[in-house]
Amino acid sequence: MKRNVLPGLPLSLGITLFYVALIVVLPLAALVVKAASLGPAEYWAIVSSPRAVASYRVTVLSALVATAFNLVFGLALAWVLVRYRFPGRRIIDAIVDLPFALPTAVAGIALTTLFASNGWFGALLAPFGIKVAYTPLGIMVAMCFTSLPFIVRTVQPVLEDLDPALEEAAQSLGGSDSAIFVRVILPLLIPALLAGLSLSFARSLGEFGAIIFIAGNQPMETEITALLAFIRLEEYDYQAAAAIASVLLITAFLMLAATNLLQARALRYTARS
Amino acid sequence: MKIRLDQVVKTFDTFRAVHGVSLEIESGQLVALLGPSGSGKTTILRMVAGLEYADGGHIYFGDQDATDIPVRDRGVGFVFQHYALFPHMTLAENIAFGMKVSKTKRSKTEIATRVLELLRLVKLEGLGDRFPGQISGGQRQRVALARALAVDPKVLLLDEPFGALDANVRRDLRRWLREIHDELGITTLFVTHDQEEALDLADRVVILDQGRVVQEGTPAEVCREPNSAFVMRFLGDANRITATVRDGRAYIGETVMDAPSSSDGPIDIYLRPGDIDWRPDGNGIPATIVRVLDRPGGRRVLANVEGGTALEFDVPPETDVRSGQLGRLQIKRSRLYPA
Repeated sequence: MKRNVLPGLPLSLGITLFYVALIVVLPLAALVVKAASLGPAEYWAIVSSPRAVASYRVTVLSALVATAFNLVFGLALAWVLVRYRFPGRRIIDAIVDLPFALPTAVAGIALTTLFASNGWFGALLAPFGIKVAYTPLGIMVAMCFTSLPFIVRTVQPVLEDLDPALEEAAQSLGGSDSAIFVRVILPLLIPALLAGLSLSFARSLGEFGAIIFIAGNQPMETEITALLAFIRLEEYDYQAAAAIASVLLITAFLMLAATNLLQARALRYTARS
Repeated sequence: MKIRLDQVVKTFDTFRAVHGVSLEIESGQLVALLGPSGSGKTTILRMVAGLEYADGGHIYFGDQDATDIPVRDRGVGFVFQHYALFPHMTLAENIAFGMKVSKTKRSKTEIATRVLELLRLVKLEGLGDRFPGQISGGQRQRVALARALAVDPKVLLLDEPFGALDANVRRDLRRWLREIHDELGITTLFVTHDQEEALDLADRVVILDQGRVVQEGTPAEVCREPNSAFVMRFLGDANRITATVRDGRAYIGETVMDAPSSSDGPIDIYLRPGDIDWRPDGNGIPATIVRVLDRPGGRRVLANVEGGTALEFDVPPETDVRSGQLGRLQIKRSRLYPA
């Protein structure tokens, strides 16, 4: 066996596996067991009820929109933070992490206040007939807010490591700015963008605290899946809660698996022959 | 394409990297910009490329003032020290990049044919589908050259092209680059801090120090007639002896040398290790051997002359010299510079 620099591989591996099992796998297994205690017909009836399906639709759609928005905006933010030196850059850099630090309920209440029809933003948007608070738009805003740091923080280090000579080489070969971005920079950022995208999307799927304040929580309209599971819990219907939660779990798992596959594809050039 | 620099100046913040450099590079020549680090050689190359803009002066390509033409329209091929290959593209895609983004449209088959031709030129046939991460440093530098040549540049610029490679690979690539240059006849300017590389490869050598051209000429000119003590020292091992000139004669302790063109006063005498002859006895400057270094081509002797000045010289491999031995030095050739 190859000698490692750090001693105690069996010990550290043992602790790691035990920890992951205890903190991550065990609760998820309990969830699956609980959901599995329902018969297949019963399980299907719960997860395909119109109210549940409506909640999936609004959750997944909002998460997709929020992630797409963050993809563009987060990339731009990371770009500006890495490529330019301007007064206040470090402050903006620190602010990016704020959604991580802020209790999501606080964020939800703040956003609701701002976007309510008499709030600062809401009052400006009202004349155009745009309502944000208590509509699916509000859900998207809350999701955008809580998942913004993921894209910025995954793309930033990769951008920092990008050799400026690559862009200079592309320029000297006659590449226009847009050609250099599309053919050279973007492909090198794709693995990081995918990682940030999957984290951002997963976070949006599971977001709860920030959304319930701004969403209005109308069943069939603005009720997210996590809230529906919570409502079933409050009704002591643990099996139904577990069944609904299992749908979220499967969605998140499939999505992470898909982005991992895409990432491996995007990184195939690093494989040595 | 002839390149001409006229009083080019470049300042970074408060640091003046290039002080009014003027240069002429004849069409089809292979020219080396040689200098220690901080001499401004890379900055000059990047200004010729258009990767930096000159703060003052003009750069002409032929009769055209190219000073303000952006790099993408300047028609130069640039080879970077660390290759700067696009890691996510195969070698063939790297070479094709310039042709794909160019304003002149080329058909797919035209590009593919040209890529194969260039891969053959840089002796990498059959590796077109590899990624840069899968080949050696020397191979990467060849791909970088092929990529630069793909857009038919008017001028080829190389920044320390062999700086990151092993000594053996360097020597091979040097010869190979000379062959390619002779085959294509493209005006080529390269930067190096390695005198041997500049002298072996270039038609003309431009020696720079602290943002100024110190001397410019063929390898023979700069080697035989270094115009300053700096060039003398920079081009190779050099010994310095201080002496005093009186009435056209230089006095080194007890020894006297002719110095017809020097004015009276202190002077530095520079000697290459091959300019000194060693004798166990007889005439000459007395010296004590301190150390003997054995090298493949001969023996390098480190000796002290009277007054403590340390000198290095070479003797044939079969010469019997030992440390502590006393002998005499005779000066075969020397160059004198005012102290």
